[in-house]
Amino acid sequence: MFTLKRKRFGVGLAAIAATTALVFTGCASDGSSDGGSSDGGDSSADVSITMLPKNLGNPYFDTSTGGAEEAVSEIGGTFEEVGPSEASPTSQVQYIQTAAQQGVGGLIVSANDPEAICDALDEARSVGVKVVTFDSDTNPECRDLFINQATAEGIAQVQVDLITEQIGDEGQIAVLSASANATNQNAWIEMMEAELAANHPNVELVEIAYGDDDDQTSFDKTAALLQTYPELKGIVSPTTVGIAAAARYLQTSEYKGEVALTGLGTPNQMREYVEDGTVTAFALWNPADLGYLAAYATAALISGEITGAEGDTFDAGTLGSYEVGADASVLLGDPYVFDADNIGDFDF
Amino acid sequence: MTSAIDTEHGRRTYSAYAHPLWRRLLVTRESAIIGLLFLVVIVATFAVPNFDSPLTLTFLIREIAPILLIALPMTLIIITEEIDLSVASIVGLSSVITGLGVQAGWPLPFAAVVAILVGTVAGSINGALVTFVGLPSLAVTIGTLALFRGIAVGLLGTTAISDFPEFWTDLTRMNIPGTPMPLIIVPFLVLAIIFGVLLHFTPFGRSLYAIGLNKEAAAFSGINVGLTKFWLFVMSGAVSGYAGVYFTLLYNNARGDNATGLELQIIAAVLLGGVSIFGGRGALPGVIAGVLLIGTLSSALRLAGVTSDIINVITGVLLVASVVSASFLAWLRTKRVAAIGRKKGRAEASDG
Repeated sequence: MFTLKRKRFGVGLAAIAATTALVFTGCASDGSSDGGSSDGGDSSADVSITMLPKNLGNPYFDTSTGGAEEAVSEIGGTFEEVGPSEASPTSQVQYIQTAAQQGVGGLIVSANDPEAICDALDEARSVGVKVVTFDSDTNPECRDLFINQATAEGIAQVQVDLITEQIGDEGQIAVLSASANATNQNAWIEMMEAELAANHPNVELVEIAYGDDDDQTSFDKTAALLQTYPELKGIVSPTTVGIAAAARYLQTSEYKGEVALTGLGTPNQMREYVEDGTVTAFALWNPADLGYLAAYATAALISGEITGAEGDTFDAGTLGSYEVGADASVLLGDPYVFDADNIGDFDF
Repeated sequence: MTSAIDTEHGRRTYSAYAHPLWRRLLVTRESAIIGLLFLVVIVATFAVPNFDSPLTLTFLIREIAPILLIALPMTLIIITEEIDLSVASIVGLSSVITGLGVQAGWPLPFAAVVAILVGTVAGSINGALVTFVGLPSLAVTIGTLALFRGIAVGLLGTTAISDFPEFWTDLTRMNIPGTPMPLIIVPFLVLAIIFGVLLHFTPFGRSLYAIGLNKEAAAFSGINVGLTKFWLFVMSGAVSGYAGVYFTLLYNNARGDNATGLELQIIAAVLLGGVSIFGGRGALPGVIAGVLLIGTLSSALRLAGVTSDIINVITGVLLVASVVSASFLAWLRTKRVAAIGRKKGRAEASDG
């Protein structure tokens, strides 16, 4: 009977030991990954930045995190990326709270909801954490700075430039948009029309088709455009779904290389069409630059170089100097043009 | 052995089967979990930077409050060998009702009461299907998990409502003056005492254990098994509705997909706290320690920079280990009882 009792006691001990081991290994892995500079967290003058994307395992955010990490290593601070596996606002809150507890210098976040994480961000700011949003903003009063990837004007301008260049600044073009009531798409198209009328008199915009951001619908609408307008020289698709579907249609049709296609797309979607010559160039912002700029802006906030007031300027390493605009936002710049020469550098 | 009751012999027989009192108090699953909780807290205090700050306690209580709340009725349900998988969906539904109510211009307390009533109705649907239709609760609540979530997402679409009166959202994140303890711990404590008294000090509570151990025997001894279960599901729905209101205000966000997956965290914490999934065994102090243990562990690991997937692995290992050790201990106990029985049998045979 004694031996039985001892066995039972042993099981309890073993369970406790196992958990202790887990806790200790958890802590041990922290020590090795963070290096020595973040120990204790009392040296608040150090630049310690935590990046919280919408979710982890998303190639777009992996690219922006890579940019931020590069910037922080140039500055000489400590960097950590945390985040939920699914893009829900409530799951971002606990990571914001953890950052506040750790007393990090700055938190860079892409918000899953403009309102839901506001209170948590306010709490983090009240204990001294500088909060910078990027890619997707919160309400302006919940953060110190927003790093804006592109303006509507910039997006409209780059698409007009690309298509007019590709068709030789004359002939018929069409637009393949998302849905007819998509606010951002319509704003861009309006600006594109104004720009065409003002500076490209020989280019005629014959139709605006809507693919509803559905791959098959966009594919069919591309076919219809090409059949309706035999003289069509180019298509602009300011949506990542539309441009990929249009490229897929062009690739296998007689129009490949004859009809130009450009718009907003991601490198991974468009790679094969750029490589086989279906598409010459398209635009989007560079998420790596976006993360890089966000990290430099956060460091400038932490050091007190800027406060987020309009007109503040700061240096962003290889990207040059930036100025804080209205609503405490910083514009990354013109959209980035992807073509055969640079598309191999990107993976998102 | 004569037919007369030999008290001395009886006591000796009993003590041969049972552990001494100190062991029954100190070496239980509940005390093991409580001990483990203290161990994690002590280790984290020394090993994890910033863990020993008041902010940690505040955030921890806030985060696990919905789990703590719903774990109370869940414990009672699992003790009767049933389960309620629809609780997180009721949280989502109640959240949406709160949001829509406020959007329609209702004062928040009224919207909250309606949301809790909707949760109660949802719970009574579960209860009715289990009791009066006689379906297994696992099947019923898997169905209503999808049903309630579907209604919640359907009502609000993919949008969110976030214009709640500041007074109430501030209240959910207020601390008890002068302490780092969030005010929201108070309703939990009240409910915990109510459920604790109900489970451990009333005939109703004893009947739950009886149902979990042997439903037929419980029915024959005069317990209304069906009606008892019905009320448990109603309570679970009401508490989940309340948790939904709280969840909405804490995150200032009413969404149909709020608290998705929370049911699994609740059930994991309840089982870790020593409640047997086969019914008839468990106690509330263990469950509360189980919730605190999972919460503290993941909070400490997050602070230490461990990624969420590894935290999930560690929590999973802990849970599996606790279930395996429970089965192992049960197996040891049956072996031990059998061994005592054989020994006594031999002794009596040689006496005779």
